[in-house]
Amino acid sequence: MHPAPSIIAFTTLSGLGLGLLFWLGLDPTAPTGWVGFAFFAIGYAMAVGGLSASTFHLGRPERALKAFTQWQTSWLSREAWCAVAALTVMGIYAFFLVFFSVQIAPLGWLGAVLCLLTVYTTSMIYAQLKTVPRWHHWSTSALFLALALAGGALLSGRVTIAMVLLLIAGGLQAWWWQTGDKRLKDSGSSMESATGLGSIGAVRAFEPPHTGNNYLLREMVHVVGRKHSQKLRLIALGLMMVLPVLLLLLPFGHVWALVAVLAHVAGVAVARWLFFAEAEHVVGLYYGKR
Amino acid sequence: MTQLPDSTQRKLGLVIDLDTCVGCHACVVSCKGWNTENYGAPLSDQDPYGADPSGTFLNRVHSYEVQPLATSAMPHPAAQLIHFPKSCLHCEDAPCVTVCPTGASYKRVEDGIVLVNESDCIGCGLCAWACPYGARELDQAEGVMKKCTLCVDRIYNENLPEEDREPACVRTCPAGARHFGDFSDPDSAVSQLVAERGGMDLMPEQGTKPVNKYLPPRPKDGWQGETDVLAPYLEPVAEEPQGFLGWLDKTLEKL
Repeated sequence: MHPAPSIIAFTTLSGLGLGLLFWLGLDPTAPTGWVGFAFFAIGYAMAVGGLSASTFHLGRPERALKAFTQWQTSWLSREAWCAVAALTVMGIYAFFLVFFSVQIAPLGWLGAVLCLLTVYTTSMIYAQLKTVPRWHHWSTSALFLALALAGGALLSGRVTIAMVLLLIAGGLQAWWWQTGDKRLKDSGSSMESATGLGSIGAVRAFEPPHTGNNYLLREMVHVVGRKHSQKLRLIALGLMMVLPVLLLLLPFGHVWALVAVLAHVAGVAVARWLFFAEAEHVVGLYYGKR
Repeated sequence: MTQLPDSTQRKLGLVIDLDTCVGCHACVVSCKGWNTENYGAPLSDQDPYGADPSGTFLNRVHSYEVQPLATSAMPHPAAQLIHFPKSCLHCEDAPCVTVCPTGASYKRVEDGIVLVNESDCIGCGLCAWACPYGARELDQAEGVMKKCTLCVDRIYNENLPEEDREPACVRTCPAGARHFGDFSDPDSAVSQLVAERGGMDLMPEQGTKPVNKYLPPRPKDGWQGETDVLAPYLEPVAEEPQGFLGWLDKTLEKL
């Protein structure tokens, strides 16, 4: 799949922002006043920034509001609803915390649940697609949630929880890569099933339907950059998990914490780039490509 | 609405005969010709005369080489070349419809045709991701999703002569490799073709239940026992070279 920068920015930033808001919602001693304002501002900047980045890849962004109508079947529509609900509830919760130092705990809990639901709906946009076997698995949702929770814990300064969750998310990421590599083969889709010609013999793409490029090849059969995938996986894991955990083991300092956060964000962005660049869409089989 | 209908009154679709298709791409051209000036936005091209041309098509023809397995009767079977037209299969369980966030994609109850209401489409591309067959292409000029309409503006069009009220690809196919009809009627020509020739689904493991069916290529004719009476006269006159060539052959062997 084509790793569109807007989609990578969207899933990376909104996941982290919503993860931070989740922890702020659950925190029994949530920050108030200016400190609270800073935390919520970071959470909102990431969540809203990510969500608005997602509109950049639309062909007709001016009609984006229509995406709220089909929540009964569409995960994209459900994501839109959950995001608005989460940001509204957390907004009210933050407003009272920041300006009146009043914590309405149930509102925070509700907002926290909605934040996680939003991350889950985002993950389901990908996990629902049977056409991309690497994504079509429950572990895709687990991975998105784990990364949001770990990143959120890191951003909100929960050292111990962050370390544990970072290790869990990193382990899940490694396992997701490992198992994902054979999911296309296990899906049963092949050039033989795609063409229905397998009963005769082995199928080879002889001549493509078009000599030039097209939307399908650009969007679904992106194979550029895959050759470095093993190196990129190690870089991503090092940045998202190993480096932050090591920095958290040091005596606490704001500079180290900032470096840990930046490393984690960069690591997740690299992993998200691979998430798209490595994903094989079954339509590639018609072109004899993966 | 992006909820799929429980059932459709008719199941209109195509039968594509892989045994007959000669790979001329006439269906591709006639499809582009009709659909660029009728239903919805035109099918745009980008850089059509430049170095990197591309464009929106609703129907494309692949060509595959299939190597049959060797058998005792045929130790060295020749590879077969199969031309493979591909357009929207108007699936009963169309995954492209349910993922649509705006309701622009829908499956019609009256005839099962899957369509895009272009004025509702936000061009998110998720339906194209959900389609295993590559049947949907986002038009780069218009920013909306384009797909085969089964020439909905031809098949019911009373301004056209009756013989033209079928999809442009079917009407134009010079080999008769494409057939249009109602699959819900077991007596229809398309249903009978599918029954007789073992019509198949593409990627059945995807669970999309395509309406369009493909007829597999039939076994190639052999020549055993039906050689022409003139064939003996076409046998090689001399298996071994004679005369000067024979001498040259022997001399070179000895060197």
